[in-house]
Amino acid sequence: MIVRISNEGQYRLDDGLHARLNELDAAAVAAVEADDEDKFHEAFEELLQVVRSEGTALGDDELEASEVILPPADLSFVEAGEEFTGDGLIPEPA
Amino acid sequence: MPGMGGRMSTVIKAKISRLLDRAEDPGETLDYSYQKQLESLQNVKKGIADVVTAKKRLQMQSQKLEQSVVKLDTQARQALSSGNEDLARVALERKNVAQNELQSLDQQVTELEAQQEKLTDSEQKLRGKIEAFRTKKEVMKAQYSAAEAQVRISEAATGVGEEMADVGLAMQRAADKTEQMRARADAVAELEAAGTFDDLTTLGPGQDDIDRQLSELSSSSQVDDELSKMKAELGAGSGGGDSKQLEGGS
Repeated sequence: MIVRISNEGQYRLDDGLHARLNELDAAAVAAVEADDEDKFHEAFEELLQVVRSEGTALGDDELEASEVILPPADLSFVEAGEEFTGDGLIPEPA
Repeated sequence: MPGMGGRMSTVIKAKISRLLDRAEDPGETLDYSYQKQLESLQNVKKGIADVVTAKKRLQMQSQKLEQSVVKLDTQARQALSSGNEDLARVALERKNVAQNELQSLDQQVTELEAQQEKLTDSEQKLRGKIEAFRTKKEVMKAQYSAAEAQVRISEAATGVGEEMADVGLAMQRAADKTEQMRARADAVAELEAAGTFDDLTTLGPGQDDIDRQLSELSSSSQVDDELSKMKAELGAGSGGGDSKQLEGGS
């Protein structure tokens, strides 16, 4: 599968990592819901780290769509709250 | 594949998809698609230029404030050595405010620098993708039947579209940051315009209001500390001091 980390790049990952990523994603979301900033950063950082270390970066000449798009690494806790509650990083078109 | 399940695919991808929806329809004619990509690259350049402009403004303000800090420190010393403790306190209060502003400006300049770097990277990546798209488009047109080429090129356009959406997101974030900093820079400019960091020797009557606001703004304990430190320094030195110029000020 192809995973994009926003504002960073795309990575090709083994499909077998699916469960691991989903677990970390769930942990990040749960931390946001529990208002636990440290735990959120921990889970989110690990999620990104798995993608970076297990994945192979796509070349600039590869034009592929991503199956998963993760928020940028500098996502703040506040933004994460908006992201996961549906207000979104990107404002709704007026 | 059967989706990531959970929120990762549903929430996050949905957000980007909205951007993609606005970006372009991959089914549009191929040359138009390429045209759109080039336009989007131009927009990124504009975005970078905006960040650079904001950064330069902050840097200029930061230089001015640095000068004010030095000047106010000197004036505080002069006032103190000529026995005018009240004036010294005013100067230190102003210096305190200027220093706090300076610190936050410097932080913001660093942050804008990071934004600029990120956008420049994004621009380069997008440029690479667009170039790849242009090449692929020509190859596919030559290799495949018109219908088949259309399908394959549309797929490639989707890949570029995602990259454009991603750059769009980077620009959005940079613009938000720049906007915040513009507000900050305006606030500092207002302080400057109000004469906050002016030469104290030109202080005339009617400055009471500014001074009252300033003593609220600056931490008084910090000012007290600095004042007593300065006193100690001056006491340990030659004493007396040679400057009387501040007393004759207003």
